[in-house]
Amino acid sequence: MKSNFLLRVPTLLKALLLAFMMGVISSSYAAEYSSIDIAKSKITFTSKLMGSKISGNFGKFSGKVLFNPDEPEKAKANIVIDIASFNAGGDELQEEAKGKDWFSAKLFPMASYVTESIKTTGPNSLDVRGTLTIKGKAIPLLIAVKYQPQGKQMLFDANFQVLRLDFGLGAGNWADTSAVANEVPVNVHLVLNQK
Amino acid sequence: MSKVRYTSIAIILHWVMALLIFVTWSIAIAIDDMPLSPARITGLSWHKWLGVTIFFLVILRLLWRAIHPAPPLKVQMPAWQEMVMQLTHFTLYLLMVAIPVIGWLMSSAKGYTVNYFGLFELPDLVDKDKALGDQLKLIHELLANGLMVLVGLHILAALKHQFIDKDGLLGRMTFGGSINEK
Repeated sequence: MKSNFLLRVPTLLKALLLAFMMGVISSSYAAEYSSIDIAKSKITFTSKLMGSKISGNFGKFSGKVLFNPDEPEKAKANIVIDIASFNAGGDELQEEAKGKDWFSAKLFPMASYVTESIKTTGPNSLDVRGTLTIKGKAIPLLIAVKYQPQGKQMLFDANFQVLRLDFGLGAGNWADTSAVANEVPVNVHLVLNQK
Repeated sequence: MSKVRYTSIAIILHWVMALLIFVTWSIAIAIDDMPLSPARITGLSWHKWLGVTIFFLVILRLLWRAIHPAPPLKVQMPAWQEMVMQLTHFTLYLLMVAIPVIGWLMSSAKGYTVNYFGLFELPDLVDKDKALGDQLKLIHELLANGLMVLVGLHILAALKHQFIDKDGLLGRMTFGGSINEK
């Protein structure tokens, strides 16, 4: 009996120690990334006016994010874009873009992208399903995302395309896609910090 | 006396460019006050496409002129008139090069890449810079209007030679027709 008990104690200790060590290792390795480094992140897009590329960006956005490289499929993001920060072309174009035929920035000051489900498609690559809402219109959008750590930060890059007319961007005469292309390639570069 | 005229290539380039310059300038005048709209973007694109065409053609024309000098002037005119003529022609060439280039610079500065009939894009010559874009716009317009004044002078002089002096000067830049041949 006695010897049995003595035998058990070290086993229990070992188990505890192992559990403790694993905890230390995993917590130091699997850092959670939960805030956006706005200064380093970028949302840019390209439009085509009569065959000429015109690139622009949204300078102001924010959001809630949660990413753990150990469990990438459990990641979540809710990005909110300030439409007033639209920047492309000249003043005239900028004003027009915020007007009612385009983003209608007064009625719809924010656009958003909210993730719903995430699938790993390979090393450091994900398929992100979510909903993009612009000008009050919510449309499901699948985005292929690549990520990689850099120092203490995690970098995400995604290229996808939206169709402006899906969101009612460009009403009236502007619906003419020969003047302004319907396809708008978007590039998102997101840099996350550990909390 | 054998008729002296510019080479066929030079004559074709002259008249094609004359038409292009007139159309390009007219488009600019037509869309100048338009608010931003698909029609304005379409007009501006055609203005730029034709402007780029003029730029390509004037380079071709200058190269051609360099190896095919103008035919000797066989029309009698006072020395000052010949000087004004040379100066006008030189300035016309200069403006035909300068105006498209300044337009291209202006478009770059305003943040719009110039393309050619949607086929390919021309490189941006300068970074986006609003103040520079506005200045270039003024210069582009000033030179274009200056060009139209010179073109007017050029046409009036040609008409004077054709209908008042009847010296057949216009035959230097036209095909056929030896009506006014001396």
